[in-house]
Amino acid sequence: MYKIIKKETLNNDVELMIIEAPLVAKNAKPGNFLIIRVNDSGERVPLTIVEFDEKNVTIIYQKLGYTTTLLSQLNVGDNIYDVVGPLGQPTYIRDVKTVLGIAGGVGSAPLLPQLEEYSKRGTIVDLIIGGRTKEHLILVDKYKEFCRNIYFATDDGSYGKKGFVTDVAKELYEKQTYDLSIVIGPLIMMKNTYLLNKKYNILTDVSLNPIMVDGTGMCGNCRVTINNKTYFACVDGPDFPADGIDFDELMVRQRYYVKEEKHICKIKLENNHDKK
Amino acid sequence: MIKNKTKMPVQDPDIRNNNFLEVALGYDLKLAKIEASRCLDCKNPRCVPACPVNIDIPKFIKEIENDELDEAYFTITRSNILPSICGRVCPQEKQCEQACIVGIKYEPVSIGALERFVGDYALKKQLNTIENIKDLPYRVAIVGSGPAGLSAAASLRRMGYIVDVYEALHEFGGVLKYGIPDFRLPKDIVDKEIDNTKKLGVKFHKNVIIGMSLTIEQLFNEYNYKAIFIGSGAGLPKSLGIPGENLAGIYYANEFLTRVNLMKANRFPETPTPVKIGQNVAIVGGGNVAIDAARTAKRLGAKNVFIIYRRDMSSLPARREEIDHAIEEHIDFHLLLNPVEFIDDSYQVKQVKCEIMELGEMDDSGRRRPVGTGKYKTFEIDSCIISIGQSPNPILKNVTPNLKVDSKGRIIVNNYQTSIPGVFAGGDVVSGAATVILAMGAGKKTAIAIDNYIKEKVEK
Repeated sequence: MYKIIKKETLNNDVELMIIEAPLVAKNAKPGNFLIIRVNDSGERVPLTIVEFDEKNVTIIYQKLGYTTTLLSQLNVGDNIYDVVGPLGQPTYIRDVKTVLGIAGGVGSAPLLPQLEEYSKRGTIVDLIIGGRTKEHLILVDKYKEFCRNIYFATDDGSYGKKGFVTDVAKELYEKQTYDLSIVIGPLIMMKNTYLLNKKYNILTDVSLNPIMVDGTGMCGNCRVTINNKTYFACVDGPDFPADGIDFDELMVRQRYYVKEEKHICKIKLENNHDKK
Repeated sequence: MIKNKTKMPVQDPDIRNNNFLEVALGYDLKLAKIEASRCLDCKNPRCVPACPVNIDIPKFIKEIENDELDEAYFTITRSNILPSICGRVCPQEKQCEQACIVGIKYEPVSIGALERFVGDYALKKQLNTIENIKDLPYRVAIVGSGPAGLSAAASLRRMGYIVDVYEALHEFGGVLKYGIPDFRLPKDIVDKEIDNTKKLGVKFHKNVIIGMSLTIEQLFNEYNYKAIFIGSGAGLPKSLGIPGENLAGIYYANEFLTRVNLMKANRFPETPTPVKIGQNVAIVGGGNVAIDAARTAKRLGAKNVFIIYRRDMSSLPARREEIDHAIEEHIDFHLLLNPVEFIDDSYQVKQVKCEIMELGEMDDSGRRRPVGTGKYKTFEIDSCIISIGQSPNPILKNVTPNLKVDSKGRIIVNNYQTSIPGVFAGGDVVSGAATVILAMGAGKKTAIAIDNYIKEKVEK
């Protein structure tokens, strides 16, 4: 069993948990992910290892789906049924002088360990962070510890520029450029940001979050087409250079079970409310 | 002499293709004794050497006939700790039963069905082998809890080694859990037989991916294992390599079967993992996995389930029994067709285009090679399940550069030892995807090699 030793609310939708999982933490590296199952019939859900020490790992999740809602019902001292990892390739650190991180929503969580790693190696790191509202801009204090400049965008204009991260980036690129941009967020946001970066000749890395089952290279659910070749995000990624990724295909694959997810949330979580 | 095998009762095809309950229902004592009476109890039995784990087959069959069922169980478990599993999924027709002397003139003795009968009897009675195991002061790590790992673990434990089994998934059994459907191998049977291995004193650890959670080096240096057995199996799906293979609605059999077998997606929304295939489902491939996928798709409610295979009916690599069951369950076979392209509507697969094949010269496999005709046929589909084989799991070799593998990713061994001293391997990770019992045979033989290694290298 894997004990929850800290739980923190980051905003209405997003929470942070520190979980005791010594064999996940032992060999973890920035960029790795883990898989949880909340209970003995639970589905397997991949989440980025945001931070780790000798025996604990930090995850950040959005209470969007069925499993993350169940996870959110657990508290400090409770156990998570299964936690396995570390999985995936660690972040590939490029030899660059300047990096612009671009985070959309909860993408701010997987971006954090990557930018931290660049900063540790002496790279100049700037950040554009976007979210629906001010409260959806998460982990800003952590980023402030090492980022040179942070730029904000919110859909409703409640903080920073009203609009998308791409609007902020466009303005920024008129004044300066970067050796590399790391973009993590919803697929549509990664796609559009990549296309913008391409116009400005800025190299882009992204982190993909397709549907996974085992997470160890067995099922192939997480496959993604890059330059007409197939990659498994779980063992070849989750980080990839954005150039050549078939984002449109991936978006359809990612939404394959949207109806089923809505259905189970409706019948099981709403029932749950009734019982309470 | 009764000329024919005693038939095992089965669920009616039109009822069973709507449920996930076991198809074959097993012998009762009466049927088992009738079948047991067909064994000639040969002086030089040919069935025993034909069994990859060399079960004393005539002995246990005689014991059934004599109503000594406990003894029959102990006779089997001396060689094979998983009789209920092997009795169900072994290709006996190509092993013990193919060698059976009775089979020369008549139908061979139904050895598999009798093994299953004894195994199930013992599980029901909760019969355990009480064994006096004297602990040795040496630890051995087993990577993977599938057939190879289970067999190696039980053999090594019986020799006295302290054995830890590490499993990457959240349940034990490997392919027995994620690969083989409930209607052929109920999962409670797998759990119960694994429990018998636990009772020998083997320790099981889930959610540990060797290579990631712990490295081979850490197992030796920090955990003090004297030897390591890699039985991580063949779970990496092979791809067709044709346009459209990554469209929505296209599964590899591994994903489809894992969703249903391991994650119980057939019970969605009672369980939270979904699976969605629609009404028209194409399965590409002709092996046991393809047949399992087809029969599973039917049970999920698909109207038209069809196998697309590039050779003819007689070349299908699946077991005859499984093919017959599939036909009875209204699975269609579209033969001599080779998929060349998937066609989509907004990235959702809609059609599979196949080239019509004909049979040419004999190839290396002794079958006539399928040759393209330049003519095509297209099928409307809602989903496609690709099951054309699996390669060894790649994680461990990717992170362990000094672990030598061949061009197909299979671990290279010399007398069961890999290129790393003290690290042994067996089962599908060495042979490529094969059968449960071959993996168990490899596990057992590797255990002997590990015993010799520890006695020679470590004790001196």
